[in-house]
Amino acid sequence: MQVLYGRHHVRVYRFGLRLVRDQQAAEDLISEVFLDVWRQAGKFEGRSAVSTWLLAITRFKALSALRRRKDFELDEDAANAIEDTSDDPETVVQKKDTSAALRGCLTGLSPEHREIVDLVYYHEKSVEEVAEIVGIPENTVKTRLFYARKKLAELLKAAGVERGWP
Amino acid sequence: MMALSKKMLEQEPSEIELLLPWHAAGTLNARDARRVEEALARDPELAKQYAAIRGEYEETIHLNESLGAPSTRAMQKLFAAIEAEPARASGSLPLSARISSFFASLSPRTLAWSALSSNASLAKTAPAITQPVLVIEYTGDQACFPSDVQRIVEAIGSPDKRHLSVRGDHHGRALASGEPPGRLEAGRLLAEWLQARFPH
Repeated sequence: MQVLYGRHHVRVYRFGLRLVRDQQAAEDLISEVFLDVWRQAGKFEGRSAVSTWLLAITRFKALSALRRRKDFELDEDAANAIEDTSDDPETVVQKKDTSAALRGCLTGLSPEHREIVDLVYYHEKSVEEVAEIVGIPENTVKTRLFYARKKLAELLKAAGVERGWP
Repeated sequence: MMALSKKMLEQEPSEIELLLPWHAAGTLNARDARRVEEALARDPELAKQYAAIRGEYEETIHLNESLGAPSTRAMQKLFAAIEAEPARASGSLPLSARISSFFASLSPRTLAWSALSSNASLAKTAPAITQPVLVIEYTGDQACFPSDVQRIVEAIGSPDKRHLSVRGDHHGRALASGEPPGRLEAGRLLAEWLQARFPH
């Protein structure tokens, strides 16, 4: 378990943190994820990479945690605030730096879009693996990322950043 | 092709366009990667889009790397919870019994998974094993075939190696109703083997 934890905990934490947006909640999340893995290792089918399995568990637990948080707060405004704490395009443009603007706009994507961008670019998951983690068809994976990128382009354009596409 | 991709930016994206992010991440299979490469070579608009994607790819990595790592609190919490797990609390049982019950509780697939997660390759590492080795094979294991087990046993470098077969499926469960599960017998054989080599 120590080897498994040592190898995967940082990426699992970062994936969880991007979903729950709270360091302490993300740390609690990874403890829960690896404890679940410890309890259910026998259920691992070996059909996918261990990292794919871990990210799928993390996603499920993160969404459950977010739902619990929303239920607890019973406050739609607060829930919305969790999902949108990023810089707005006006703030981003003040950074006067394309890389920083790009990172700001990446943070400004919806949770659904942010998730797919992270899985493909940072976690280097294939179309099939993303489909398995998110629980959507492979074609939807491809189109969702395309529209996430279009949204990113819109945010950048609003921030005054020109990248030559679209 | 150039006109086509421009048109598709406004309408439905082409299949190649959809694959560009995976090409940037290097996760396409060889056939799709070749298709994308060919399309990029003949379509400057697509190449422009790909350059934008490369930027997104790099900044996404940068953004995620900047998130840091969890504190040791997370690890401490995890291992405290594991320690408290009732199934793993073996109390005052002898070492051989604790070890055998632990391994008997794991399926071969779990053990294979442990090997996978630690990046161990039996083909590379087995010849270096010089300690006594016991290999227990389940006769109904459809994931690890008898010829695989035979190769593993042959590759082990230890002069003291023993290969036993136990009736059971790949999880060490019974092959037929009314039979005891194979992992009980595997655990018994392991305890016996340990007792013979490490009596104290």
